[in-house]
Amino acid sequence: MADEILRVEDLHVSVEGTPILKGLSLTIHRGEIHAIMGRNGAGKSTLANVVMGHPAYEITSGNIFFKGEPLEDLEVFQRARAGMFLSFQYPAAIPGVQVGTFLKKSVASVRDDPPKGRAFRKELTAAMDKLSMDKSFLSRYVNDGFSGGEKKRLEILQMLLLQPHLALLDETDSGLDIDALRIVAQGINEVAADSACLIITHYQRLLDLVKPHYVHAMIDGAIIRTGGPELALELEDRGYDWLEVTA
Amino acid sequence: MSDDAQEIIGDYKYGFHDPENSTIRFDKGLSEQVVRDISELKNEPQWMTDIRVKAYRHFVERVMPEWGNCSLLNMIDFENVTYFLRSSDQTEKSWDDVPDDIKNTFNRLGIPEAEQKWLGGVTAQYESEAVYHSIREDLEEQGVIFLDMDSGLKEYPEIVKKYFGTVIPHSDNKFSALNTAVWSGGSFLYIPKGVHVEMPVQAYFRINAKNMGQFERTLIIADEGSSVHYVEGCTAPSYSTDSLHSAVVELIAMDGAKIRYSTVQNWSSNVYNLVTKRAVAHRNATVEWVDGNIGSKLTMKYPSVLLKGEGAHAEVISVAYAGKGQHQDTGAKVHHLASNTTSNILSKSISKGGGRSSYRGLLQVTPKSTGCRSKVVCDALILDEDSRSDTYPTMEIGNSTSDLEHEASVSKVSSDQLFYLMSRGFSEEEAMGLIVNGFFEPFTRELPMEYAVELNKLLELEMEGSIG
Ligand SMILES: Nc1ncnc2c1ncn2[C@@H]1O[C@H](COP(=O)(O)OP(=O)(O)O)[C@@H](O)[C@H]1O
Ligand SMILES: [Mg+2]
Repeated sequence: MADEILRVEDLHVSVEGTPILKGLSLTIHRGEIHAIMGRNGAGKSTLANVVMGHPAYEITSGNIFFKGEPLEDLEVFQRARAGMFLSFQYPAAIPGVQVGTFLKKSVASVRDDPPKGRAFRKELTAAMDKLSMDKSFLSRYVNDGFSGGEKKRLEILQMLLLQPHLALLDETDSGLDIDALRIVAQGINEVAADSACLIITHYQRLLDLVKPHYVHAMIDGAIIRTGGPELALELEDRGYDWLEVTA
Repeated sequence: MSDDAQEIIGDYKYGFHDPENSTIRFDKGLSEQVVRDISELKNEPQWMTDIRVKAYRHFVERVMPEWGNCSLLNMIDFENVTYFLRSSDQTEKSWDDVPDDIKNTFNRLGIPEAEQKWLGGVTAQYESEAVYHSIREDLEEQGVIFLDMDSGLKEYPEIVKKYFGTVIPHSDNKFSALNTAVWSGGSFLYIPKGVHVEMPVQAYFRINAKNMGQFERTLIIADEGSSVHYVEGCTAPSYSTDSLHSAVVELIAMDGAKIRYSTVQNWSSNVYNLVTKRAVAHRNATVEWVDGNIGSKLTMKYPSVLLKGEGAHAEVISVAYAGKGQHQDTGAKVHHLASNTTSNILSKSISKGGGRSSYRGLLQVTPKSTGCRSKVVCDALILDEDSRSDTYPTMEIGNSTSDLEHEASVSKVSSDQLFYLMSRGFSEEEAMGLIVNGFFEPFTRELPMEYAVELNKLLELEMEGSIG
């Protein structure tokens, strides 16, 4: 049995008193890629955010374990330092903070033995080349005035540099044209080989490029069906209504 | 260090003080005699004594400003201020000759090091007068005059007499009257025609004694087609009693000249900083005020530019950080007095921990000044519920051929920004530090690199230990 990275047990989560997640369970091991699909509003981003520790979400019952340890006492930045990473559906802009500075500081605070000086620049250049990102990115302000595709690329660049043990990818494929999708998928595959990966998506097209081991269908705050890659095809084809009927 | 100083020094790393050694120290309090004594001690020409006395009389009669922060202004006890303190008998040309205590202070502030690395000249003022002064030989050979103001008056009385008080008359406001009456120290800088001073010249102002009043007077004249960047820094020890800093700075940019004046004031939080700064820009001249206000208890300062000649340009970029117990009442004033003049004003403020920042701006275009362009942008960032930010813009536009833009925004740090940064490994305080530095970046990038790095560190420090 491979190492267990993430275990979510019967999780119930509310936002401002409204229950959003209603008994969700999920376990991911190192080297596994899981995909979660579901309609808008099903609670997919809520799951990603709550695992990362967003303070707006209240866990009313259930547990989350990271590498076997309960997460509840860890602040967001401690989770990041422990090796968790969230690629945001809507990354926030930080005006006035240059991408280059931001990446350097982020890597320095997250990685155990962060590369410095020339070693960092070398790694950065290599990662940016992989993602076909121009050097000019580095002097722009973080996500400020970025197109949707540029934001997603920057998220994946961060993932490559931070080398997480758990990667949560929230609709990383949205806003990408097919070439960009291919490039991003390469990045994901590289990280996924040695970590646990949870891909949240609406579409099959990313899953053609990043092969999931498990696909979960989520409806109204819970996983109601789990299958292999074929479930993704079926969901894209048939939608979610048939699951509700059979559930 | 006394206990009360220790108590409030907190994170303010410049809050240390030296023993108060002085060669001449006036008793506290202000009178016409004090004014005359200062002038006599300095062996000034009669006309300067007369200006001082006239200004003193005006100061006595002049009421306090009725804006800014009246309750804080009215707490100033003018009788509890030391108006003149000489700590060294000479202005030295070598740091080796500066008294040890004072030299150590400037070492701790990094001044000699900066001088070596990137400055064209330095004046270091301690209490009332300059204790150190130097200028690079090559600049001197080109005819650049850079002196402390007292020496300027001694060595170039005709230039000083011609320009002193022409940009800011003593009667401009109560504090310009006070400064004109008791001024001491400051810089006198003259750049000859066509000379471009590539390395910035710097003045550093340090208050050491308790209840000290520092009243430096600066006059900068950039002759036709010349250019210069003047940098000013200031700090003081933290005391539980107040000190008063009230400077007057006059800039004159002749035809086609360019003056950039950069300041980062980081006074301790017991200093009243009430400063009048104004420039005249003649034909096609450019004046840039780059003005950072991080310290002090109350700052009231509105760098101004009179655009007197056609094609002149003004640029005012300012930031203010108002933390606990601080009020930064700052802004900019630009007067378009000639046609086709242009100006840009960018003001950014951060309020935190109950601090208060106010933007007070004036934009004037006279009826005969056609074809002017101006853009004013004011952005305020409020970090918590207890803090406050206000904007008081005034526009007096005398014609319809001018093009003016005004934008103002007030924002808060969003929880999305914090969550995003924290998910990248930054603690909440570090995340705040990044956001705040980013907010000030349009200002910081205009500073010499050394200052920018220092300012960023300062702001990061301000974000520490304050998030509950
Ligand atoms: N921070 C929040 N505040 C209020 N409501 C929220 C918040 N986050 C999510 N919700 C609500 O929770 C539900 C699930 O949202 P979300 O997790 O974003 O769904 P998905 O990502 O599957 O589209 C929606 O009804 C949404 O409005
Ligand atoms: Mg979502």
